[in-house]
Amino acid sequence: MGKCEFADAFKEEREKSGIGKMDDQGDPVVMLLKHKDVRKAAHNYKSFSSEAVPGRIVVPSEVNIRTTRQIPFEVDPPMHKEYRSLLDAWFKRPLQDAYKKELTTIISTVLDDVLSRDKVDVVTDLALVIQSRALTLLLNVPFSKSVKWISWGTHVFRSEGEALDGDKAAILYNYIDEEIDKAIANPSGDLYSTLLAAEVEGKKLTKEEVKGVLILTFAGGRDTVINALTNSISYFSANKEALEQLHSTPEIINNAVEEFVRYFSPLTHMGRVVTEDTTVCEHAVQADSRISLCWASANRDEKVFENANEIVLDRKINPHVGFGFSHHNCLGATHARQIMRITLKLLAEKVGDITVLEAEENIENLGEFTRKVGYNSLKATFKKR
Amino acid sequence: MAKITFITSNNEKITVEATAGSVMELAVNNNIQGIDGDCGGVCSCATCHVFVAPEDVDKVGVASEIETDMLELADDANEYSRLCCQISVSDAIDNVVLTVAK
Ligand code: HEM
Ligand code: FES
Repeated sequence: MGKCEFADAFKEEREKSGIGKMDDQGDPVVMLLKHKDVRKAAHNYKSFSSEAVPGRIVVPSEVNIRTTRQIPFEVDPPMHKEYRSLLDAWFKRPLQDAYKKELTTIISTVLDDVLSRDKVDVVTDLALVIQSRALTLLLNVPFSKSVKWISWGTHVFRSEGEALDGDKAAILYNYIDEEIDKAIANPSGDLYSTLLAAEVEGKKLTKEEVKGVLILTFAGGRDTVINALTNSISYFSANKEALEQLHSTPEIINNAVEEFVRYFSPLTHMGRVVTEDTTVCEHAVQADSRISLCWASANRDEKVFENANEIVLDRKINPHVGFGFSHHNCLGATHARQIMRITLKLLAEKVGDITVLEAEENIENLGEFTRKVGYNSLKATFKKR
Repeated sequence: MAKITFITSNNEKITVEATAGSVMELAVNNNIQGIDGDCGGVCSCATCHVFVAPEDVDKVGVASEIETDMLELADDANEYSRLCCQISVSDAIDNVVLTVAK
């Protein structure tokens, strides 16, 4: 069924030249398309830096809408490592049994609600709700905080058109400022307070640094998780046997999650700033220009993945870069993986059929390429098993 | 049944046993510090990096090309490096010693 096809937007250029080009608000980007080149460049932070002017490594560039440096995302090693060491333990909490149990309750409640209704929008009624409620666990804040995050809808951090909307971004930045001030006044066991009390290289984190971590936690984990969930559900609607397969062989759920992350690649690409004149894939790039690491293209590279354009639910070897690669690999991946694993498990247990009624695709324009990354809306019916 | 010894970064020596599955799963089930197995064993995260004791290299065998490519870009990898999700537990690897990376 055509509705769940996520075409490989980069195949031709990946095989021909290995690179793609796009303009972005006057600051062009050379996109690396091959798996090998993407991984090599991600590893080589000395030539391809994340530590440029805040916002510049994001495509579309955010230099005009924020000055706060996102941490650890916009910091290179060795300083990057200092921040990561501070954050890693907190972001590994999703491996704890108590966390998984609470997450199961959250997701189960949402699915029961969805099953009780005639028709839902998977994006706003399922994915956004699961994502927001799950984030209360990751931040260790009261569940009630998620009400506001859900009310923001999916558009708060989503740009329409080329450049980003500064007013929308301000909603989030102001919210985080307020929450940090509250945490200063009344410390608790949440991520805000934990970071405010933390030290890097013997110095307390500043408010600006804490904000830099929190912005990233909110923004980086929102559309990515929403798309991963929504797209997976569209796949189950188009492939009726898949839920049954997960039901009868739950031991492949983990493989299925990795395969969805590979195939859907919810984060298409991420930029770096070139620090010295060099070449990428035999193509010259100049100091102070931008490249991007195109995870989505690398994840369809047929040199690495057999049947790259098919979802193979139980794919055994899957060296995808959907969560990035090397130093900056996704800090939220443990949380995102738990959300996906538990959702798939519960869908297989509870749901017999998903039928999509109406779909409005979310298409990214990336210079010469257009890529479907998810849905703006996906109306569907869910039937009990 | 195979007995496998892990040496963790704080120099703890832990010996555990299993009959099947991957060495990564064995480590995770026994809470071996430093082996997270984030990707569940599909060779995409490198959080299961170990160094095989030189005398055990023959028993454990060599890495596949995909694993080697991954290790090439892993921090502090050397000729004894393996991603232990790619090592199956079997009698053949009885008594091997693996040092957890980092
Ligand atoms: C399926 C969902 C997700 C996908 C596909 C995804 C993808 C990625 C990718 C590709 C990177 C690498 C960026 C780079 O190299 O520049 C990354 C980094 C990051 N992600 Fe995620 N992400 C997801 C969910 C999350 C969640 C839920 C959070 C937190 C709540 C999060 C927080 C971060 C952070 C903090 C970084 C930067 C890490 C660093 O610089 O050391 N992500 N993510
Ligand atoms: S567990 Fe992820 S590579 Fe071994």
